[in-house]
Amino acid sequence: MRYLPLTDADRSEMLNVIGVSSIDDLFVDVPAEARLTAKIADLPDHASELSVERHMGKLARQNMVAGDVPFFLGAGAYRHHVPASVDHLIQRGEFLTAYTPYQPEIAQGTLQVLFEFQTQVARLFGCDVANASMYDGSTACWEAIGMARRITKRGKALLSSGLHPHYVSVAKTMAKFTGDQLVYDTPTAEAAADIETLIAGIDRDTSCVVVQYPDILGRIADLSALADKVHEVGALLVAVVTEPVALGAITPPGDMGADIVVGEGQSIGVGLQFGGPYLGLFACKQKYVRQMPGRLCGETVDAEGKRGFVLTLSTREQHIRREKATSNICTNSGLCALAFSIHMTLLGEKGLTDLAALNHGRAVQAAEALEQVPGVTVVNDSFFNEFTVTLNKDAREVARTLADCGILGGVSLGRLFPEAADLANGLIVGVTETTTEEDIDALCAALKEILA
Amino acid sequence: MSRYFTEEHEWIDVDGDIATVGITEYAQEQLGDIVFVELPAEGAKFDKGDDAAVVESVKAASDVYAPISGEVVEANGALEEEPALVNSDPEEDGWFFKLRVADSSEFEGLMNEADYRKFIAGL
Amino acid sequence: MTMLKEGRPTRPVAVAHEGRPTTTGNKALMLEEALIFEIGSHDTTGVDIAPAPEVKSRLGGLERRKALALPGLSEPETVRHYTRLSRQNYGIDLGFFPLGSCTMKHNPRLNEKVARMPGFADIHPLAPVATVQGALGVIHELAEWLKTLTGMAAVAMSPKAGAHGELCGLLAIRAALEARGDARSVVLVPESAHGTNPATAAFCGYAVEDIPATPEGRVDLAALEARLGPDVAAVMITNPNTCGLFERDLKKIADAVHGIGGFVYCDGANFNAIVGRVRPGDLGVDAMHINLHKTFSTPHGGGGPGSGPVVFSAALAPFAPLPFVEKTDDGYVLVEEETAGEHHAGSFGRMVAFHGQMGMFTRALTYIMSHGSDGLRQVSGDAVLNANYILRSLEGALDAPFAGSGPCMHEALFSDKGMAEGFTTLDIAKGLIDEGFHPMTVYFPLVVHGAMLVEPTETESKAALDQFITAFRSVAERAKVGDEALKGAPYFAPRRRLDETLAARKPVLVWTEPAAAVAEAAE
Repeated sequence: MRYLPLTDADRSEMLNVIGVSSIDDLFVDVPAEARLTAKIADLPDHASELSVERHMGKLARQNMVAGDVPFFLGAGAYRHHVPASVDHLIQRGEFLTAYTPYQPEIAQGTLQVLFEFQTQVARLFGCDVANASMYDGSTACWEAIGMARRITKRGKALLSSGLHPHYVSVAKTMAKFTGDQLVYDTPTAEAAADIETLIAGIDRDTSCVVVQYPDILGRIADLSALADKVHEVGALLVAVVTEPVALGAITPPGDMGADIVVGEGQSIGVGLQFGGPYLGLFACKQKYVRQMPGRLCGETVDAEGKRGFVLTLSTREQHIRREKATSNICTNSGLCALAFSIHMTLLGEKGLTDLAALNHGRAVQAAEALEQVPGVTVVNDSFFNEFTVTLNKDAREVARTLADCGILGGVSLGRLFPEAADLANGLIVGVTETTTEEDIDALCAALKEILA
Repeated sequence: MSRYFTEEHEWIDVDGDIATVGITEYAQEQLGDIVFVELPAEGAKFDKGDDAAVVESVKAASDVYAPISGEVVEANGALEEEPALVNSDPEEDGWFFKLRVADSSEFEGLMNEADYRKFIAGL
Repeated sequence: MTMLKEGRPTRPVAVAHEGRPTTTGNKALMLEEALIFEIGSHDTTGVDIAPAPEVKSRLGGLERRKALALPGLSEPETVRHYTRLSRQNYGIDLGFFPLGSCTMKHNPRLNEKVARMPGFADIHPLAPVATVQGALGVIHELAEWLKTLTGMAAVAMSPKAGAHGELCGLLAIRAALEARGDARSVVLVPESAHGTNPATAAFCGYAVEDIPATPEGRVDLAALEARLGPDVAAVMITNPNTCGLFERDLKKIADAVHGIGGFVYCDGANFNAIVGRVRPGDLGVDAMHINLHKTFSTPHGGGGPGSGPVVFSAALAPFAPLPFVEKTDDGYVLVEEETAGEHHAGSFGRMVAFHGQMGMFTRALTYIMSHGSDGLRQVSGDAVLNANYILRSLEGALDAPFAGSGPCMHEALFSDKGMAEGFTTLDIAKGLIDEGFHPMTVYFPLVVHGAMLVEPTETESKAALDQFITAFRSVAERAKVGDEALKGAPYFAPRRRLDETLAARKPVLVWTEPAAAVAEAAE
């Protein structure tokens, strides 16, 4: 076995020191009836690198690779070009094979990265502080709802109909057990987001309003009036960003009055990976920092007065507070945070701004081209790099037919909202810098045929 | 004015029907550097033994109990800015909160200073 | 002859070194590195981006008007920045990392290569199911391995980490109890449990009560049985437990808990000790999370991402969360909200967007197939052998509170009892840093004062263990005799001991422009 360094001679020498005659003797505390005396029979034995790689490669080839086809999927996971140096750097063993930095003297690399990451996220979102990341956008969103409950001591959260339905599902699952009341309705396929409805629903029992920006249909709405109304009743505004590249082009939620901004960081540095691991982003106003879940890295000095970094405010966390912890989350998404931070450092403000402009430009081109296809109507007035169209047919079927033609043409609303019959013809079309003009032409040509 | 102590290492100064509560010199020494104090809101009502405040060191958070029943009339806002006061002057400037005493019979069974010294000597 | 004297002398001269600081603060290969905010600029970028097409903006009038103040670096500067930072980290690739309860084993690079195959790395979670059959196949194959290795009926793959898996298990238990109209209020947790256990139980709305331990470090069966009653929803047990011991009575505990209608949650953080040798299903466990980043070698990455699939008994299987993969005659099906009504009406719902940590599934499956049934059995055997070798080699030099209870499992527990006045576990840990090791887990489990939990894993050679044993013994000796210099350790790490009090009293969590620079810019 290539991963096991002990030789049989080592083993017998060590057993001698211990004073037993076999490894099996070390398992005497396992009741005999539960102790397996031989390997589990109905499983294969060990395999060479070559044969494992062959098996996995075969499975990999049964998938349609995004980069091989015209690709228009988004809805919470976006395909962007990740510079080669990002993946090279995150594979350095000192990053890849390190643990959570509990011994700061020999973990300054991870800690400085987290400090830089926190600052990048806070600035991107227009907030004062950010944590060292969470599991993903959906869990960060739920944690924000819980944090608003702790701060306001109220239990009713209004969720925008434009919030990603998976995020809604996660919140609903958790709320069943915490007793939070969630007010939510599925979206309607129209140009205006549901800001007015949300404002009308706010009352003095409201803990927070959760609004996605841009929303699941791709629409962008000004949050300022909503923030004012929320603050009037002492509630909090939680903004959810599933496509952070958008903030290269549009006003960050923090600048419009959001108290907590959470998001999915996957689109910067991480890649699609069939949904995970991803990167939960979490930022808020300074005054709420002690109610914030998740790990935090802070600046300090060492015994010689040199600047250094440590994990701090850890008394909020479960390993110390046990049943009084702010959440049960124990880990962050460290390596994904590193990838995000490296990619963001490569981009810088200039790169992010240019990247966002390119994304928006391509998306506008795609929308304009699709508007010319008979049977297609663009729903959105405003969007960043994805928008919703309605088709003259069931969009889920169309998406499957497009896939048969080698085009990943969009995420159907039927897949996301199976209960909502009136959304069945809706398709979310995502367009990034990786989309070419030829891809747009291919999508339009195929749709022309399918919808005719 | 008289000062009482509890086995949870809290002290109580009683002045009329107002009791001032803090943690003892012994407690601050055991806890180490205090980095944060979470204080009760004015008007909060506690029964004897309820969790009333939280005192945090770097690696631990400890609950401070209401040593007697009562309503909070004031919390020591200075601790929010300067938690180190609990280390430097725990039994004077580092007080936590003041209660309006609900039931003065609860003072029976608390220790006086000499008893408390004996108590910690035996720990 | 010619007399070429360039480059002489070639033999070093011994010169006493006074510890003189360098001008740069660098020490040869150890290079100091400033923050990106100090070295980057807002108009530098390390990425060339094609010009955007000329279009009419459709941003809804919300064009960003303020700068974000995000610094950029060119690619060479970026590579250097992160390479320098990486060198201030300890990792398994560099040396022995005996962090108890964390299973810091070698991370095979084949796992990384496979996870990066475009067929896994570059596929979208919402792509039509017919286009991702291979990905669903990976999830299904891994699920089958996990079920067989644990002897359990079902597995939920989506939880993102161990604590998230605990949450998944407890939510399934609560859903199962509610389905039979049996609301219960209490979860019992041993004092030695990971802090996540009580945090999770409390989050799920349960009151948490401690179960006492016996003097030999195991759950007190009699005390537990005495406490069981109709209000007890579940018992959460870690097995092997955090003292490094196998809970001999787990089957009896499970029978007793089932007898009162409750469920047994097993914290599977320590599955590495028993994989291939014990199936938790045979011990009466109803739910257990498996940390793929521990037992199955997916990298820890400096603190995640993890992955925490949860295996379930037949009693809990109907309540497992969405989504999951099922194999049919027409290929793999992804059971999501849409189809859940028919198949899985009892499911307690969704825990995450999409389908879980696919990148960890590919790595874990690669690892599992590499070892196979025979190799995994050897994994647990060698992990336990290494831990016992450390325990017996050091029990004379250090207090080992449960060494008399028989063999340990995959971790050896020591304490700082017997050290000189004022010398503690922390000093020993920092002393080990100077000796070139990552310290063991310190001050956990809480049931042992000054605990030091050593988990060597199976991927260490005997030579590595021997070197560690020698170093640990020498540092412990220094602590015993009260060597004051130990209190200042580490001396040779990139930083000396850091001021955690300062960090917590006045938290500085983001970088801000120094006041002087702001004033200068304003002029």
